[in-house]
Amino acid sequence: MGRLIAVKVLQAIPVIFMVSVLAFLLMSLLPGDPAVVIAGDQASPEAIEKVRRSLGLDRPFIEQIGLWFAQLAVGNFGASLMLNQSVLSAMGERLPVTLSLAGLSLAITLPVGIFAGSIAAYNRQTWVDSVVMTVALLGVSIPGFWIAIMSVILFSVILGWLPSSGFVPLAQDPAMWLRSLILPAIMLSLFQIGFLARMTRSAMLDVLSQDFIRTARSKGLSEWMTVGKHAFRNALIMVITTMGILISTAIGGSVVIEQVFALPGIGRLVVQGILARDYPLVQGVMLIYGFAFVAINLSVDMLYTFADPRVRYD
Amino acid sequence: MTPAPLVSIDDLTVQFRTDRGWTTAVEGVSFDIGEGDCLGVVGESGSGKSVTALSMLRLHARGTSRFASGVVRYAGKDLLRAPEGDLRAIRGRDIAMVFQDPMSSLNPVLTICDQISETLRLHQGMSRAAARGRAIELLDLVRIADAARRVDEYPHRLSGGMRQRVMIAIAIACRPRLLIADEPTTALDVTIQAQILELLRDLRAELGMAVMLISHDLGVIAEFAKRVIVMYAGRVVEDAPVDVLFRRPVHPYTEGLMASMPSLEGDAAKLYSIPGRIPDPDEAIAGCRFGPRCAHAEPICRAAMPELVAIEENHRVRCAPRSRPGGAG
Amino acid sequence: MTELSVGAGPVGPIVSPVLAPRRRFMLLRRLLAHRSFQIGAILVLALTIAAVFAPLITGIDPSAMKVRFRFRPPSEAFPFGTDNFGRDILTRVLYGGRVSLWIGLVVAALSGVCGAAIGVIAAQFRALDAPLMRLMDALMSFPAILLALGITAALGPRMESVIIALTVAYVPAGARIVRASALVVRELDYVQAARIAGASDVRIMFRHILPNSVGPLLVHMTFVFAYSILAEAALSFLGVGVQPPTPSWGNIIAEGRDYATEAWWVMLFPGLGISIAALGLNLLGDGLRDVLDPRLKGAG
Repeated sequence: MGRLIAVKVLQAIPVIFMVSVLAFLLMSLLPGDPAVVIAGDQASPEAIEKVRRSLGLDRPFIEQIGLWFAQLAVGNFGASLMLNQSVLSAMGERLPVTLSLAGLSLAITLPVGIFAGSIAAYNRQTWVDSVVMTVALLGVSIPGFWIAIMSVILFSVILGWLPSSGFVPLAQDPAMWLRSLILPAIMLSLFQIGFLARMTRSAMLDVLSQDFIRTARSKGLSEWMTVGKHAFRNALIMVITTMGILISTAIGGSVVIEQVFALPGIGRLVVQGILARDYPLVQGVMLIYGFAFVAINLSVDMLYTFADPRVRYD
Repeated sequence: MTPAPLVSIDDLTVQFRTDRGWTTAVEGVSFDIGEGDCLGVVGESGSGKSVTALSMLRLHARGTSRFASGVVRYAGKDLLRAPEGDLRAIRGRDIAMVFQDPMSSLNPVLTICDQISETLRLHQGMSRAAARGRAIELLDLVRIADAARRVDEYPHRLSGGMRQRVMIAIAIACRPRLLIADEPTTALDVTIQAQILELLRDLRAELGMAVMLISHDLGVIAEFAKRVIVMYAGRVVEDAPVDVLFRRPVHPYTEGLMASMPSLEGDAAKLYSIPGRIPDPDEAIAGCRFGPRCAHAEPICRAAMPELVAIEENHRVRCAPRSRPGGAG
Repeated sequence: MTELSVGAGPVGPIVSPVLAPRRRFMLLRRLLAHRSFQIGAILVLALTIAAVFAPLITGIDPSAMKVRFRFRPPSEAFPFGTDNFGRDILTRVLYGGRVSLWIGLVVAALSGVCGAAIGVIAAQFRALDAPLMRLMDALMSFPAILLALGITAALGPRMESVIIALTVAYVPAGARIVRASALVVRELDYVQAARIAGASDVRIMFRHILPNSVGPLLVHMTFVFAYSILAEAALSFLGVGVQPPTPSWGNIIAEGRDYATEAWWVMLFPGLGISIAALGLNLLGDGLRDVLDPRLKGAG
């Protein structure tokens, strides 16, 4: 088992390498001279030169890549031009927001999505199935940001139940923290729940048609035990494989939701950086995101190994 | 006076929901199983043997089937209409089942111990530790070597033969009065087949339980069963003690089955096979469903479905010409 | 010779028989009879027609500003109302539909073709398999929105950037699907026979592997079309996609947000447009999947 883990970690290394290279190349995608683009076309030649030198763009390509990796090795992910702060610290400040949002959203998504998919599968081709699947379909079709805006209008402007923007840290005031996050988290989960419900239904249908379910019933086990224990454990394995996608989509979706609800998270930071042409910031954030996702996918992969006894050995 | 049968199936008719409405899979199935009986049910694929077996414990998938008629009597209850709770008390405890494909019949993500203990803890209220101990004993009983180690393994680590033994262990865990084995050896190698059959025979003797063995393999039936029921196209066509069936079959279908068994004696001429093919369940055939393929068919065969009639003590046949008084073959 | 179609099953590739050309007709008939497919097809067709014939439906220029008519609610003259510049929303939504649907179509098609190419190459040439798949893994680590954000940031916010960015985001999944089918098909007896008979790698790729992977790829591409519409809308909403004054459903919503309480109609209709488009495509995809890979019925 330890060997398996080691192999997976080893396989992740080239991926991390690729991610680093891709992030580095991001700058070279800029049309024209990156230094000019960053400094702005109104800037004086001296200002442009200053930018060029500070970003190391005057060095040969090989040196640039080398410098890039050298900086990564010491944990230097670049510095933001507009914030005058290291990318790492800028992200660190905003991490709690994004984590709270994504975390709360996942906490809602997982039970609701799995439950919905399971009851749809168990009651296949009845009205329960149709209703659940229709709602799930709507969830993956309706644009999240749009319904988020409308929900803000309804709940904040018209009804005044919830704040329309802003974030309150958990440590400061748990009740307000929840109030400021609950609507964004729900909006973020809508797509996820739809997706998860559909996946779960498919997985459960597959499992429920297997022979060992019949064996379980023939032992005299209650439906609850048969489905809850025998079927569910197997379907869960399939669901775990989609966990990676769910977490990624949650974080990706949080970018838009943070904009709609004006939450000072990492997603909002990225958008601001893009609009302000703060390319070093964008580059640094993308890189860190990349590492984070590789780590997340690796963890999910490990989780899967724990869950499915069949893949544990060899 | 013969003692009351353990399980009595009377005029069982099961229908399945298809795109074209309800199709009849088995019709008018009637037979008894006595205490400690050794019954074989033989028939080709699609004859309705498995459907009958699954119906006895109401194990069909939800919403797909209905019992158009019939009664399955056990311990004074009709299993077809008993409340779910009663049925669950019987399943696994009084009547247990072993299925055909051991590969897919065990849950891949639960240990052997877990799967055997479930039955023990459910029906006998055993503690986890006690159940585990008993599970190891059961594995020994079904002749799995190194039981104490095997018990904690997952099914995928076991061979087909071993998995089938585990299935049997689960089934006999609570000393059921009837064990239904649906094609238990079909998915296994021939040598393993023989071992499993021997195991079933020995267990039956040791535990005094009745066994209903379903198979399409006449050899298996001949070796194991004391009484045989022959099914064709969803109906019971003959019901006789094993030696009578094999030496003096009465129903033309049974005769055909016997004739198509390869034999080491005689000439190596072309192997006989019954002409024609098994009808689809929804194919409409007037009268006896074997009629179209029967060399001895008479007008009466098309007129109406023949009744299952006792032509001798313990020997019933569903064939109009052959069940006429003095008309047996 | 029976051809086999391979789908991405919940646990691994499934291989099921694909019908010979004569019986592909039967497949088409089953497809057309499938309810999800029918509804989806009608929705998508309706939207496409509306988008294509936009100029004929309303004779108005989407950028024409008539400040006198600003903030008119939906009426006979302006079925979807007007925005803060007096522009007719119906026209803008129709033209926006053109942009959004076009982007979605191109992304789906491009990512499908590129993904197929990469998948087949990876499966056929062992030496390229590992590096290609690591690259795909690296790309797939990112959620599509983030990847697209990064690329549009670098390329500059424009329609073309969005297309390139989203294509790059969705190629890896397509490549994986095609590679999975290709690996299975490659081991089949008749393909091995073809190889022994001397068929070139290219010929094997085109003649045997690709046709058998088309089914699941087509299903995937339909869903990519749906995802792209949603993604482009999000990008344009954020301001990094299609730039005004070119209308796209996303940026109309962004503009409409600022005065949402006064003119709710500005935000409503483009949102409905996106929802209907995505819904139609999802239904289409579900239908295709049920017919081409019945075992996967109901999966996301």
